[in-house]
Amino acid sequence: MRCAWYFFVVFAAVCWSSLFVRPVAAQENPYFVTYDHYLEEPGNLEVECFSTYGTQRGGNNFHSFWTEFEYGATAWWTTEFYLDAQTTFHDSTVFTGFKWENRVRPLKREHWINPVLYVEYENTNGADKTLKEVVGHDGESDYLATNAEARREIAREMELKLLLSSTAKGWNFSENIITEKNLSNEPWEFGYALGVSRPLGLKAAAKRCNLCRQNIVAGLEMYGGLGDRHSFGLKDTSHYLAPAVAWNLPSGWTLRLSSGFGLNGNSHKLLMRWGVSREIEGFGDMVRRMFGGKP
Amino acid sequence: MKGAVPALLICALLLVASVVAGGQNDKKSAKVEDVYAELGKAPEKARGRVNPLEKDAVAVAAGRLLFADHCAECHGENAEGGSGRKKGPSLRAAEVQNAAPGAIFWLLTNGVVRKGMPVWSRLPEPQRWALVRFIKSLGVAEGEPVPASRAAAKADKP
Repeated sequence: MRCAWYFFVVFAAVCWSSLFVRPVAAQENPYFVTYDHYLEEPGNLEVECFSTYGTQRGGNNFHSFWTEFEYGATAWWTTEFYLDAQTTFHDSTVFTGFKWENRVRPLKREHWINPVLYVEYENTNGADKTLKEVVGHDGESDYLATNAEARREIAREMELKLLLSSTAKGWNFSENIITEKNLSNEPWEFGYALGVSRPLGLKAAAKRCNLCRQNIVAGLEMYGGLGDRHSFGLKDTSHYLAPAVAWNLPSGWTLRLSSGFGLNGNSHKLLMRWGVSREIEGFGDMVRRMFGGKP
Repeated sequence: MKGAVPALLICALLLVASVVAGGQNDKKSAKVEDVYAELGKAPEKARGRVNPLEKDAVAVAAGRLLFADHCAECHGENAEGGSGRKKGPSLRAAEVQNAAPGAIFWLLTNGVVRKGMPVWSRLPEPQRWALVRFIKSLGVAEGEPVPASRAAAKADKP
């Protein structure tokens, strides 16, 4: 039932964003896990549907999917709400929880390295397989339990990240330092995500075109766990290397594709990710008008 | 006498409402002034940069598309200022049109984050320079007050 509710919300959001609102041409990076320092434009909402197909040794492969509603509260603060679900083949489809994240940019101007502070609250169950971040000693074997068993475990977690990002000559370099704390007396866990990306063309074309080189951004991500407070390091951790590409269409849609390869025996062999997103202009004004406020 | 009390209250409320509304208008124009003032904060080195697309035949056309995609939402279709809550200042004001291309490029790169303008360094440099070319090609809008008269208008306010 909860899963049906999830699909209803996602379907409604996608229909609404495609039919009734004015889109904005986006300029998105291809990352799925890594964050750069760019925040959502104030008043705009970005609806993003992502999914991950993962292979599972000793168990059933899975397909997880999540929807993000990313809103630019101000030019220095972006808030985002996630709904997560997954299908494990030969098992079931389950709703796995929600997350609420906030990103704040503390500095006024651009620098060589631009920091952004990230705070997230997660309320998910053990069946969550989005692998949106890999921390601590997360490994492939954690995902062997059946959905019925896994969803009994409830995880309420705080996640703090320091996002560092630089842009030079069209290249973006992003480094994320991740700490995560399960609020039920578990140790702090650590992780990292690194990303590099660049548009295929830097110059803008004088005509609108779908296949212009500047619309396509190619990149590479690497992410993994770094143990926990009691055993910090690379031992018993999993790591991934993921080439990724984003295609920013003039119609306002962005398509992303990434294939992540596990780098050691603890990692899933393959994490195939894809996503579609659309940015909606003036969402804040629209909501204010709905409640009788001035745009 | 009894009827005068509600009338006075209504008058007082209207007065407060007008003051609040006026204050908001003042706040808005002050914000616009603040954004223009940011152009003056561009470092000398940034201000002195020459637009590498100054002689590029298609830069203005490319900049027009970029403007429609990323800037018109706040600054209006004709760059004469947006409307609603996301009102961005007119880019056809003399403050912008007389500014050095390097200063506009610097502002695009750094944004005015605390006043609502996001950073645009995510657009590669040639695209930001194309935007500068397009903005400079617009010229000062008719009826747009020059900075001196803007300052005088401000001084005239009680």
